[in-house]
Amino acid sequence: MKGWESMRPQMAGTYGKALANIVICLGFLTAQVAAQAGGQLNFCLRTEPKTFDPLKVEDESSAAIRYLTGGVLVRVNRQTQELEPELARSWKVSKDGRQITFRLRPGLSFSDGTPFSAGDVAYTVQQLMDPALHSATGDAFRSGAGNVETKVISATQISITFPASVAGLDRLFDQVAILSERSTKKEMAVLGPFMLADYKPGATVLLKRNPNYWKTDVQGRKLPYLDSIRLDIQANRDVEMLRFKRGELDLINSLDSEYFDKLAATSPQLVHDAGPSLDSEQLWFNEVAKAPLPAYKKNWFRSANFRRAISEAINRDDLSRVIFHGHAQPALGPFSPANKFWFNGKLKPQTYDPDAALKALESDGFRLENGALKDKDGNEVVFSIITNAGSKTRERMAVLIQADLQKIGIHVNVVTLDFPSLIERMTQSFDYEAIILGLTNVDLDPNGEMNVWLSSSENHQWNPQQKAPETAWEAEIDRLMRAQATSTDPKRRKEAFDRVQEIAVEQEPFIFLINKNALSAVSMAVHGAAPVILSPQSFWNADRLTVAKK
Amino acid sequence: MNLWRKLACVILLVVVCASVAANWLAPAGYARQYREATNAAPSRSHWLGTDEIGRDRFARVLYGTRISLLLAPAAALLSTLMAALIGGLAGYLGGVWARLAMAITDLFLSLPWLFLLITARALMPLNVSPLVSVLVTFLLLGLLGWTAAARVLCTTAGALRSADFVRQARAAGVPGQRLFWIHVMPNLKPVLYAQFWISIPVFILSEANLGILGLGVAEPMPSWGSLLKELEGLLSLGDEPWKLVPLILLVLVVMSFQLLLSRHDEVAA
Repeated sequence: MKGWESMRPQMAGTYGKALANIVICLGFLTAQVAAQAGGQLNFCLRTEPKTFDPLKVEDESSAAIRYLTGGVLVRVNRQTQELEPELARSWKVSKDGRQITFRLRPGLSFSDGTPFSAGDVAYTVQQLMDPALHSATGDAFRSGAGNVETKVISATQISITFPASVAGLDRLFDQVAILSERSTKKEMAVLGPFMLADYKPGATVLLKRNPNYWKTDVQGRKLPYLDSIRLDIQANRDVEMLRFKRGELDLINSLDSEYFDKLAATSPQLVHDAGPSLDSEQLWFNEVAKAPLPAYKKNWFRSANFRRAISEAINRDDLSRVIFHGHAQPALGPFSPANKFWFNGKLKPQTYDPDAALKALESDGFRLENGALKDKDGNEVVFSIITNAGSKTRERMAVLIQADLQKIGIHVNVVTLDFPSLIERMTQSFDYEAIILGLTNVDLDPNGEMNVWLSSSENHQWNPQQKAPETAWEAEIDRLMRAQATSTDPKRRKEAFDRVQEIAVEQEPFIFLINKNALSAVSMAVHGAAPVILSPQSFWNADRLTVAKK
Repeated sequence: MNLWRKLACVILLVVVCASVAANWLAPAGYARQYREATNAAPSRSHWLGTDEIGRDRFARVLYGTRISLLLAPAAALLSTLMAALIGGLAGYLGGVWARLAMAITDLFLSLPWLFLLITARALMPLNVSPLVSVLVTFLLLGLLGWTAAARVLCTTAGALRSADFVRQARAAGVPGQRLFWIHVMPNLKPVLYAQFWISIPVFILSEANLGILGLGVAEPMPSWGSLLKELEGLLSLGDEPWKLVPLILLVLVVMSFQLLLSRHDEVAA
């Protein structure tokens, strides 16, 4: 407030001058945008896009292309995390959470010229919910048995009714790119700012400006400003960095902390740290009853006291500082503080206290003998942590944890495996002891994590596909997750999910380690970039970016 | 002994002595993490700086040298001996034996080793100590690395079989076994030496790459392979030249061995 008070007289005294300046600045900005309009934005996709069908998207690269080409009814603003109208001018969700009615913008066309109407929305929803399609996007809408009904009320109004209430129903439409019912080239007819122009497998994806894109800027100028976007398929991050430094690429959407610091040392103006992202890295133990492990090890891993002690013996601050060069925050629980609404603010940071960890283990019958921890039956506490080969950060995290646990007499073997082998052990043979992996979270709503927290789920990694919850706390999480998923009252949903987060922290089935910061690099040639924590971090506003001509 | 050989001798002596004396030269060991001094430049306390998690590079180079210098030549020796036995004998015997041996070699070369190694990893328990892991890795490399060399040796031995001095010895009544060991094998030495020296750096780098299958030298134990792997992320050689030390050491050691043990007439073309 003090700042406001001291500024007020100055503002009053120079009001006329300031207004004139603003007008001049606006004029200058307009002229600048006009001068810079056009151009091509170049950046890399880390993997080959698996599909161009927006309804079948599961991988990051396909999701990026869907984001740039697909028109959606509503969009989560990546900066404010608020839901905003896009193709729909307004929408209304029924009280029971089963029905949503959209009022659409009139007079819009797909990139191939076919007109957009409520029939296209109905067609898209029917395609999306077709069980034969196995759409991951569609799965998020499946809350109960039965068919989805679409009712076209008029050319610009449609209601969609689901067999059971769907929590956070409106936000789920952020991922649904509308298809053209009438176009013969389904995947080529889009409503987003760009359209697919060329694809060379293993090399590039070229997107060109959609001439029929409906948005305009405040001056009434048609968006997007860019002529095209070239996406080079490049898995090697070293090569990506070198090309960025040479000016061949305009941005790096997700930057490793090591490269971030190297780039920051020479060109601090190019790097952006948007703060903690939704992504987390975690460690978990195998708690599967039928896992091919000795019974005594299963007893350790299924003991909440053991898991809590391990968690307490891990120095998360060091993980953040040493591995991520400070561009990560020690994780507090299942959700990152970056998730403004759903994060449980009452969660306390996990303290690093190896002595307390050792005492907790001793109360369970463990004892330290000649520097080695042994359980009450004399078995030395030795286990392996596996992680995916090629991930330097996870390998280093494992080595730091290895050294941390050595301090309380636990011997850890670090094993790196190729990803398919790791997944096979994790989901099929259950032949592992502990795993470090990360979760990339794109959904703000806890419904996006139903597949992780329900004990019957395949992705309930520490002990998946339970016929009935094997522990009381898992039964409680099941109940709370179902309660929040079927409630349409945001306050009740929040209360239920807050409790889920508390139980997860008490029981530590996942030992949450850190939340990585959203790091990116954007060339000085790009104007209008404002990297954020939500995916796609640095090109979320691609329709308003401009690139200075090279 | 010429000057180059003397120099090679000194280099090898220094490297071997330093690696043997690693416990005294770097008493903190290869695994200790100086977390307050990560990725540090060379200093009095850390002669080659520290790595990304604060481990002393000098200690890791010394201990890595001990492992790689012992095990990579051992694996190279195993593969070269197998190649000499299979390829040399097949070439010397010729006919159906040569065709059979080369068919086996071709079969071996055509096997999908990546998948076989993944299977081998799956059969191994996860909880193996770093020492067992390193031994298994180099044993696998030794057992798998003989095929290409065997083809070369088969061809060379085949040519020797019809050489004048071998024909003369055979005509003089020298028995086949003696002919092979006394007259053929010594003449295969230049090729054997070349295959041996080629194999060492290949095995060192293969060991680093096998890490993606969970077969390499396990953390926190260092090896030249794992140290060389750090160079993957080096964007500019000028920024951190001390990181090149393992690479320079590898080149020096391989060259020194070659100079010291190979006679001029033994260098394969």
